[in-house]
Amino acid sequence: MNLLAIESSCDECSAAVLKDGELKSVVISSQLIHSEYGGVVPELASRAHMELIVPVVEESLKKASFSKEEIDSVAVTYGPGLAGSLIVGISFAKAFAASRGIPVVGVNHMEGHLYSAFLEGDKPEFPFIALVVSGGHSMLIHVKEPYSHELLGQTRDDAAGEAFDKVAKLLGLGYPGGPVIDKLAAEGNPKAFNFPRAFMNGESFEFSFSGIKTSVLYLLKELKYDPENRDDKLVRDICASFQAAVIDVLVAKTIAAAGKFRVKSIAVAGGVAANKGLRTALQAAAQTMGAKAVFPRPLYCTDNAAMIGIAAHFKYLKFGMASDLTLKPIPNLPLSFLN
Amino acid sequence: METFISKSESDTVRYGREFARRLGPGSFVGLYGNLGAGKTHFVKGVCEAFDVSEVVNSPTFTIVNEYHGKLPVFHIDLYRMKNIEEILDIGFDEYLEGGGVCLVEWAEKLDGILPANRFEVRMTLIDDATREITISTEGSEG
Repeated sequence: MNLLAIESSCDECSAAVLKDGELKSVVISSQLIHSEYGGVVPELASRAHMELIVPVVEESLKKASFSKEEIDSVAVTYGPGLAGSLIVGISFAKAFAASRGIPVVGVNHMEGHLYSAFLEGDKPEFPFIALVVSGGHSMLIHVKEPYSHELLGQTRDDAAGEAFDKVAKLLGLGYPGGPVIDKLAAEGNPKAFNFPRAFMNGESFEFSFSGIKTSVLYLLKELKYDPENRDDKLVRDICASFQAAVIDVLVAKTIAAAGKFRVKSIAVAGGVAANKGLRTALQAAAQTMGAKAVFPRPLYCTDNAAMIGIAAHFKYLKFGMASDLTLKPIPNLPLSFLN
Repeated sequence: METFISKSESDTVRYGREFARRLGPGSFVGLYGNLGAGKTHFVKGVCEAFDVSEVVNSPTFTIVNEYHGKLPVFHIDLYRMKNIEEILDIGFDEYLEGGGVCLVEWAEKLDGILPANRFEVRMTLIDDATREITISTEGSEG
């Protein structure tokens, strides 16, 4: 099966080509050389997807050395996401499929993240616990077998990646906040400040990262913090203490879920999976309980079409090509609960 | 103009729930307040009043969270938007005419395209737990 996969649920416009579940190419709009496509690539707007989708698909076919005629199925994200962005990818996928007389399969964006760890290298073994942590989402999911998912918990307010970005903003460190906090945290004292760790008691798999953001805000007010004239040691200590609090919660809940459901594999995805502190802490904690934590490389952790392609592959193996040309965007699409 | 003092997150949720009685199809609510002021908690209260069963969380990265209760609720966050063009590009008009309630965080970015009939909810941090919530009405909502 030669599959073309398309993702346009939010900021990124991406296309990938897979042959029998093996990735042949992936192209992500933010990585295209801007000048090649007439100047600045707009970052957010859904109109940007309209401008980018054709060059992105063409580039993915070229990189994979496939012609349009060799593609025999199309996968596309149909939710959750921004309606105006989703519709561009879906319309393109349906038009491509209709013109070629080939099937189209709709994939849930979050389910794409669940299977991103199967793209290369060390793969998780079923059943596994997936931790999806990005700017928009923080979710713990029990993946019992291929395409059998149970959502254990998600954030009640801010996502983990959002907390990183907002704390970086409060500190005057710029955007995106994740990488810079991770770097400074490595040089700071994680015990300098005691930030709150929400929902740590009991069996809850829910997250909350809004309180920690407010707590940093109050500390900065108390210290009369001035981003223009900052004390570097203080910034490193705040970053280290903040990151430690976020990681403690993510690791504790993920390990608790792995223990409760007796799984030996943990897969992490989403932009925050690139955080070195999280990688080290979760791998060590998993090892202690005889489990293994798998982190896909950063390119596959953030939004991309390769993960949509691999999820479509698993979906196809289980159900066959299920969608048809009536496929439409579902902005608030929940995870499929299949038992 | 009305002013309320919230002493906790659950107070803020309750004020949101009570405020929701004034809302119907086509209502527009601009939410103003700094990081940590409690805008998301206020929206949680509004959604409770409309029997939304989905989890209500921050749309900062997702830009729009759509919830489906007795009415559609469009929870929009313009924090990441750079200009009016981008805001129009995400289909902002379609949400306004979507037959539901629009709750818009960082509504100050709507300069020039702010609906004439609207509620404005301003939230200010007083201290750790205390927030001042001011609700005003513009146009025919008044």
